[in-house]
Amino acid sequence: MFDPRDVSITVNGQLHERRVDSRVHLADFLRKDLLLTGTHLGCEHGVCGACTVLVDGASVRSCLMLAVQADGRHVQTIEGVATKDAQLHPIQDALTRHHGLQCGYCTPGVVMTLLELDGDRAGRTLGEDEIRAALSGNLCRCTGYQGIVDAALELFGADVASQTNTKTRSQA
Amino acid sequence: MKAPPFTYHAPQSIADAVALMGSLDNARVLAGGQSLMAMLNLRVAGPDHLVDLGRIPELSGIAETEATISVGAMTTQRMVERSELIARHCPLLTDAIAHVGHQQTRNRGTIGGSICHLDPGAELPVVACALDAELIATGVSGTRQIAFRDFPEGYLTSQLQPDEILVRVDFPKVTGRTGSAFLEFNRRPADFAIVSVAVQITLDDGGSIARAAIAFGGIQSAPVRLAEAEALLVARVPDVQTWDLAAQCATVLDCDGDELYPADYRRDLCAVLLTRALRKALRRAGERSHV
Ligand code: FES
Ligand code: FES
Repeated sequence: MFDPRDVSITVNGQLHERRVDSRVHLADFLRKDLLLTGTHLGCEHGVCGACTVLVDGASVRSCLMLAVQADGRHVQTIEGVATKDAQLHPIQDALTRHHGLQCGYCTPGVVMTLLELDGDRAGRTLGEDEIRAALSGNLCRCTGYQGIVDAALELFGADVASQTNTKTRSQA
Repeated sequence: MKAPPFTYHAPQSIADAVALMGSLDNARVLAGGQSLMAMLNLRVAGPDHLVDLGRIPELSGIAETEATISVGAMTTQRMVERSELIARHCPLLTDAIAHVGHQQTRNRGTIGGSICHLDPGAELPVVACALDAELIATGVSGTRQIAFRDFPEGYLTSQLQPDEILVRVDFPKVTGRTGSAFLEFNRRPADFAIVSVAVQITLDDGGSIARAAIAFGGIQSAPVRLAEAEALLVARVPDVQTWDLAAQCATVLDCDGDELYPADYRRDLCAVLLTRALRKALRRAGERSHV
């Protein structure tokens, strides 16, 4: 049975108009229709967070949202995070330096979660507890999380927040 | 896995949604999808029709009346988490929402979805139970109000009729010297609760307990009130003996058990969590007074 729906979804600033089967979830739409394979699928039932993307700025599990539900919305994926000239975003840069990734399977989801956290904190510095709570929805089988938390602490934590504010760094 | 095939509907008004639910066979409401989408992907749910309420703006929002806070069924858990109105007038809900899933699921998950799904380990039904929330549902033959205590019918089952959808949930505002607390035990934060407890107590001018509400989650298919302890607390001065008496009532609760968490273990948790929650609620009642 095919239950086609026409959708227009803006992904990383670019409008895409497609016909999708209504049962296709947003992650499969991104990966198979748009060939944006940076969004990963770990569990496909809402447990791992590998599929995290931003929809209208809010982090969501793209395996738990239908592509039709994203009709008319703005989606941001990992492909839209680094700048055009392939400069890593400060979050990606910090994760790299702190060994916040090994195999990288969870990393796109982690980056999207941290992006939302950065927006939500609105310049406020965050403690380790808040950072760990925000990251609790992203499972990582490699790092033991310490490197990820260290990267986030460098960017959002109290000690160095003044020098490493992500906004100023990305403009630099 | 991938979801099985279904026909998708996105009505734009409550009336259209109800008409669809009343006329389609084997239809299910899609709220935030944070349980149902997983069930579809795991193929433990197989509806022929999915009626998505996400395009009905009137189902979402937080409003205030003199005595209640009304939360639209499709209001996201994240909106509730961030609502100052709810923090001020219904702090138990704010307390509990921090335990509901992760930020990625709270961004999509809804109040109404969680209350209708009635997962035994879910937090929001326990709050609705403790606060005697009133549920407003609309169906083909009109709108009716259902007290939460009459709402659950069994495991993952509410008394909503096939054509009915939940429209909003009314929570009473706190008044007087009232304090509340929500505590739960699980293996990892944000998991479903093995046992959760919601407590709200009001003190009279003399410092004795005027009213107490105690509800547990995770121990039976639906949340349970501990009426015996509630009655016993009234008119007593809150002290260690009083808490011990309440905790004793919890040790005879009827609990479901499984291989991992037997009934005895859950009963112990009930007693321990209840004592801690009562202490916390009392401290908060002392700190605040609501007029
Ligand atoms: S793939 Fe979506 S949460 Fe695991
Ligand atoms: S880096 Fe391998 S799962 Fe996180």
